Amino acid sequence: MRVKRGLAEMMKGGVIMDVVTAEQARIAEDAGACAVMALERVPADIRRDGGVARMSDPEMIESIQAAVRIPVMAKARIGHFVEAQILEALGVDFVDESEVLTPADEAHHIDKFAFTVPFVCGATNLGEALRRISEGACMIRSKGEAGTGNIVEAVRHLRSILGDIRRLSQADSAEQFDWAKKLQAPLPLVQEVARTGRLQVPLFCAGGIATPADAALAMQLGAEAVFVGSGIFKSDNPAPRAKAIVEATTHFRDAHILAKVSRGLGAPMIGIGMDEINESQRYASRGW
Amino acid sequence: MNKQIGILALQGAFASHASYITELGHSPQEVRTPRDLGGLDALIMPGGESSTMSQLLESSGLFEPIQAAIVGGLPTFGTCAGMILLAREIVDGRLDQCCFDAIDITVRRNAFGRQIDSFEADIDTVMGDFHGVFIRAPRIESVGEKVEVLGTYGGEPVLVRQANVLAASFHPELTGDARLHEYFINSVVTTKEK
Repeated sequence: MRVKRGLAEMMKGGVIMDVVTAEQARIAEDAGACAVMALERVPADIRRDGGVARMSDPEMIESIQAAVRIPVMAKARIGHFVEAQILEALGVDFVDESEVLTPADEAHHIDKFAFTVPFVCGATNLGEALRRISEGACMIRSKGEAGTGNIVEAVRHLRSILGDIRRLSQADSAEQFDWAKKLQAPLPLVQEVARTGRLQVPLFCAGGIATPADAALAMQLGAEAVFVGSGIFKSDNPAPRAKAIVEATTHFRDAHILAKVSRGLGAPMIGIGMDEINESQRYASRGW
Repeated sequence: MNKQIGILALQGAFASHASYITELGHSPQEVRTPRDLGGLDALIMPGGESSTMSQLLESSGLFEPIQAAIVGGLPTFGTCAGMILLAREIVDGRLDQCCFDAIDITVRRNAFGRQIDSFEADIDTVMGDFHGVFIRAPRIESVGEKVEVLGTYGGEPVLVRQANVLAASFHPELTGDARLHEYFINSVVTTKEK
């Protein structure tokens, strides 16, 4: 577990960028991404196209692995352990068991202890995060709402997870039993969070980051790194925006640097208001 | 005596190093811009992605002042990506990747393979057995004559020192064992004062 969690530790303070081609992967690496997520369509396009979203073609993942030296992540459907086995066989550095793809199992997530490759999973609240950790996830990312360019859901999920950690830290030993029941999470994990005041694995933010200020907001709220999906390659000018988001993630408390890097980036992705998306089209509600 | 230990905090596992420094009774100082370098007794470069850190060293304006400080004798300790940044030469890095040329070693980036090839192993060091975590680790391919080998794994150097610079290809910050940081502060940092 130490080796698996170790790679998540190394990605802290960094930006993980969604890429769909080797060319985009090189742009991401040139901009200072600490890893790339190889996928066939960015979430904004998955949302637009509809249909079933699956693991990417191995050939496409291999072309991205050949193009960059930074770690390469890839997505498997929730519960689709065979897609995860294939990704492990391809030598991807991290598997994202992701709600952005169409779930393959409506009751079970993947047993992530059965793998050598580490997994990241999404969560909208502390109970969900601890259930994923109990299944072997080595990194949690707040889900946000992928493909919207709208940060509001990411903020809601980060505030929910971190706010509950702060409240749980104040709970006495008797109250911790009640917390475990309410969170529907294993008691030992709940007790550990109460004692340490933090999750057992790194907490990153995903879903809706479109600007340097969005990335810095996630970091100031307490995320330890950020994922940017559609926000870079759906914007007018991906390379400078990618670099600006990398710098904003490092200098997240320095408003002068944030002002400097936010200048002249062209139009961000247009984005979608939450009231424009039906409940059934919300990815964050996938997973249990 | 309490020392001010800078931790390069551009990207990577800087927070784990900072908690060791606090545990040892010293004060960690996160370094992101040149003004954070003032008053430091030493500097630690953490693990992370060396190409990311290399670009942020340039854009933040930190590269030149750090290089000058190391040449001026600032005790510096790099782990994994931090070791890559301190090396004389990087093999298999990006063409534009910069390094400080602060220790006479040649380092191959990500030499052991992908994450599924990452491993843990016991290392022989001058301070006895040490448990090493190697994450997509670099390999020290050659060491110059002024470099002292302080730790080996399978006969290969994994912990090296040249004057004020200490470098490890593994991650002492992930195992809860602060002996190497203690060695850095007691031997490398204190030697400088004598």
